[in-house]
Amino acid sequence: MRMKIEKRLTVPKYSSILVPILSVAVALFLMGIILLIFFFGREGNLSIAFRETLEAYKEMLTWPFANKYGIFSTLMRMVPLAFVGLGLSFAYRMKIWNIGGEGQLYMGALAATWGALYLFKDVTSPVLMILLISILGAAAGGIWALIPALMKAFAKTDEIVVTLMLNYVAIFWVDYLVYGPWKDPKGYGFPGTAPFPDQARLATLFNGEFHIGFFIAVALAILLYYVYKRTRWGMNSKIVGDNAQAARYSGISIIKYTIIALVVSGAIAGLGGAVQMMGIQHRLQHGFSPGYGYTAIIVAWLAKLNPIAILLVAFLFGGLLVGNDQLQMFYKLPMALISVFQGLVLFSLLGGEAIARYRLRVSREEAVTNE
Amino acid sequence: MAELPVLEMRNITKAFPGILANDSISLDLRKGEVHALLGENGAGKTTLMNILFGIYKPDKGDILMEGQRISISSPHNALKYGIGMVQQHFTVVPSFTVAENVVLGLKEMGFFVKTKTVESSIKKLGESYDLPVNPRARVWTLSVGEKQRIEILKLLYTGAKIIILDEPTAVLTPQETEVLFKAIRKLVSEGSSVIFISHKLDEVLQISDRVTVLRGGRFVGTEEIGSIDRRSLVRMMVGRDVLLDFDKPKTEPGKIVLEVEKLTVKNDKNLEAVRDLSLNIRSGEILGIAGVAGNGQRELAEAIYGLRKPIRGTVRLNDKKLGSSDIAQRIEEGVAFIPQDRRALATCPSLSITENMFMKNAHSNYIPQSPFNVNIRAMQKATEELVRSYSISTPSTKTPSRFLSGGNLQKLVLARELSTKPCLIIAEHPTRGLDIGAMEFVYRTLLAHKERGAAVLLLAGELYEIFRLSDRVAVIYEGEIMGYTPPDPKFTEEIGFMMAGSRQGEIA
Repeated sequence: MRMKIEKRLTVPKYSSILVPILSVAVALFLMGIILLIFFFGREGNLSIAFRETLEAYKEMLTWPFANKYGIFSTLMRMVPLAFVGLGLSFAYRMKIWNIGGEGQLYMGALAATWGALYLFKDVTSPVLMILLISILGAAAGGIWALIPALMKAFAKTDEIVVTLMLNYVAIFWVDYLVYGPWKDPKGYGFPGTAPFPDQARLATLFNGEFHIGFFIAVALAILLYYVYKRTRWGMNSKIVGDNAQAARYSGISIIKYTIIALVVSGAIAGLGGAVQMMGIQHRLQHGFSPGYGYTAIIVAWLAKLNPIAILLVAFLFGGLLVGNDQLQMFYKLPMALISVFQGLVLFSLLGGEAIARYRLRVSREEAVTNE
Repeated sequence: MAELPVLEMRNITKAFPGILANDSISLDLRKGEVHALLGENGAGKTTLMNILFGIYKPDKGDILMEGQRISISSPHNALKYGIGMVQQHFTVVPSFTVAENVVLGLKEMGFFVKTKTVESSIKKLGESYDLPVNPRARVWTLSVGEKQRIEILKLLYTGAKIIILDEPTAVLTPQETEVLFKAIRKLVSEGSSVIFISHKLDEVLQISDRVTVLRGGRFVGTEEIGSIDRRSLVRMMVGRDVLLDFDKPKTEPGKIVLEVEKLTVKNDKNLEAVRDLSLNIRSGEILGIAGVAGNGQRELAEAIYGLRKPIRGTVRLNDKKLGSSDIAQRIEEGVAFIPQDRRALATCPSLSITENMFMKNAHSNYIPQSPFNVNIRAMQKATEELVRSYSISTPSTKTPSRFLSGGNLQKLVLARELSTKPCLIIAEHPTRGLDIGAMEFVYRTLLAHKERGAAVLLLAGELYEIFRLSDRVAVIYEGEIMGYTPPDPKFTEEIGFMMAGSRQGEIA
């Protein structure tokens, strides 16, 4: 008798739900071990460390979802994740790997600030102002993605490297502006611009705990769901993603589809940046995003690029970010731990997907030997 | 008494999904001989040799080395038995030197690489086999012929006694071919054996001692080169088993549909594969192109369809010049293309049958759809009808196309390409890998569309298929049309000569 690991012909349906859930569970478990080591190092006593770990876990997993303040914070953290995740899904469907969500988000925020404080400063109607800023933010994100798009379409450069590098360019550009020419003179030396005028702020609910950017994200997810399922673009982009040769054979212009996919992807992320400025930040600041653009990659993957699922996963990850804030405040845990956790989720997700493609077979056939 | 063969392959059978690549093939190799393996592309030569080299495992059959049964589990294992193979695609690291590439292939490399000793022994080895190389040269600076030499030297360095060369001359210039042949002769004179895979008759006659011919995955015969002539080899290769049941509908050819004028097209290796070729096809006519595979058929089909941009020449459809790579225009104007590589080019493996069926709908407008509100139910219904009328056997229209067998996948492609009633059909090996039933279906379908008035360009390897379907036969050799004959088996020999490079009229 011998055991053999072999490739499955079909990946079973249930694995698309089981793998994400299991991978988050595995990541939580591994994270627990890390927390335990961390507390043990601090307390020097294993049973106290164990209790601390459990409590920290409870805090991290319940606070963001169990009370009003927690849920509102979670929803507000979810909005940028959802925007960028939705944007990324648009390119990932065609197997175009836009890793530049963070940079496109920054460029959207930068353009929104430019619009609010300089370009449209004479506009008084809030509706017009918000519309103009949204368009400007989306355009900026789109243009930021147009650079790798043109390079990929015409020079066959790798979009992963170019989009990733452009993130740093965008972040440093924002830093230059907020430390330099756009720095608020009344800001006590703090690296940020002057606050947005009132007409450039999104309407809020529940005493300002919640802004309507959430509804824009939900509407966008529904729109994208329709686009993916029911339009020619949605069907053709599936063909390009599955077999680019067959797409060309079907008369689909790969160049056109590549450019549009990346630009729209960047524009949605850019819109996310503008919404973030108008909704919560109300000023451009150094490091305003704790890596939303990177976390969104995991969000899009876990959601299998389904727009509605992206909303749900973004909500969960928003909760993780809020939970991490709690841990930081009450347990004096380092900020980097949440990055560790996200890395663990991604690793177990990718590992889980690879494992799901195989199965273990036990056979009674004698092993064939060569000698 | 005859000497025991160095190596024997007995009744090797290997099936891939939908294709029987090797059907009980036997081959024996003597010490010190060049044994040619001749056959068209898809005849099963490479599969057979990949089995010998341990890349595939045979479903049935034995491999014997000097009378002993052996089982080859991997290329590394094959090398242990002294069997080495030079693949069509080289496996060298461009940024490494020649010596480093040779060392890479060794298993017993050790922690410290003694490059110096390797360098001198490569130099010696190269000189003794007339394969001169500079062991310190970076591989990327070398020509294709030199890279091939490295591959051979790598094998000799590991002590291979049986060397398989898979179409080694396909990438070589005539001069480089001469160098290679000299080396092969030297090799066998020192006691090695060489298996030489080719579909070029002249080379086989020039270099080999014996030849084994395969056709369509089956063994045709093994002959001594001294006792066989060119004509018989052609017959063995293309086959004579012409089915004579002609039921061709008589149609009067109408106006010219396709007009190709002085078309020159390059292949992937950037060599001219189609040269100044002109042809035309009328409505209601099937033009069959006969030729040994690799003589520009694929490039011709791709250029007409717009997948490959020609260097020169024009393609006209119904008197209208087509853009050089505008596929959307061709689909709109009613050009259908049934490519040889249906899995890689004509279908999306992970998408459903419905999605595959409507892959071209944006341009073909089989069911007119608004781009912003695609009617999935209408597509589903139309697909179910097509699945019925083309008798595609599948559990459902939602099944991903990769689960279809070769025959059913081809029916899917036919259904999509022909349901729109095209005016020009380009069919490239439309029955390759299909069983008899599916073949008959393809024939009947193509003939029905001819009767309807479509012009058909048929590129096929099997002559009987061309005889059975075409109204005219053109023979292609190295990208040029050598001549035309009527579709009658009595012209088989004339066609054979033209396939081997003689022009019509030159044949005595």
